[in-house]
Amino acid sequence: MTHHDLGCEKCEELLQGYLDRDLAPEEVLVAEGHLDGCDYCRRRYRFEETLRRYIRVSASERMPPGLMAKLAELREHQPRAL
Amino acid sequence: MGETEAGSETDARARQIAMEERDRARFEEEALGLADQVYRVARRLVGTREEAEELVQETYARAFRSWRSYSPGTNMRAWLLRILTNLNLDRGRRVQRTPDLQPLEEGDYYLANKVAAAEGEQALEQERVVERLSQGGVVDALSEVPHDFRDVVVLVDIGDFSYADAAQILDVPIGTVMSRLHRGRRILKQKLAEETLT
Repeated sequence: MTHHDLGCEKCEELLQGYLDRDLAPEEVLVAEGHLDGCDYCRRRYRFEETLRRYIRVSASERMPPGLMAKLAELREHQPRAL
Repeated sequence: MGETEAGSETDARARQIAMEERDRARFEEEALGLADQVYRVARRLVGTREEAEELVQETYARAFRSWRSYSPGTNMRAWLLRILTNLNLDRGRRVQRTPDLQPLEEGDYYLANKVAAAEGEQALEQERVVERLSQGGVVDALSEVPHDFRDVVVLVDIGDFSYADAAQILDVPIGTVMSRLHRGRRILKQKLAEETLT
């Protein structure tokens, strides 16, 4: 794709802050104003959102079985046996 | 001192001990309830499952010993992760790098552009397009991100911590968290492109 103008460059710079909801209100206006008219950037924002969810799920590994019991044994306060 | 007075003092002491035991038990239960979330972060901060398990156990041993230094009502998950990241550093499991020595990474559209080149522009709109990257590919790419950047990406994007919490956990200014996070995500996307799309 050769489509890439100064508006797109600015929009690319704002991508992470926008998805983190960490932009100043005027920057949000710039990003949304551009996204409204630019399929190229809108697709890339959408992709980034999907990618973040995928990374979170892919990189999350459950605790191995048995670890919880080991941690519970480390307690200094042992619950009274019933 | 009369007998009654001494007796009521003993009662007060007994009540105090009972209250402390109750607070401690409550702390321990709450901490154990967070173990899975603590492990998920630990697992991506170190290289192997065994190291992660060991690190989490050391973290809980220390947390249970120093439970009094936790302020009830504050973020216990962040408190535990602060212990964990400090232990990880103390044990020399990783070598600190100077972030500025890292090469400049590509921009934020880099991976999307690679995917679009391979699959077509419309593919970016489909949720399933990311599955091309494979879960193993994501884990491998993340492990290749230099530590200083990876720590922040793991805390914010996998551990779901705020910038402020990540700053407190790593004991760095919030501005450092933000710049490392932004650069770390770019490096991650670059690694993903290199590993899975070439």
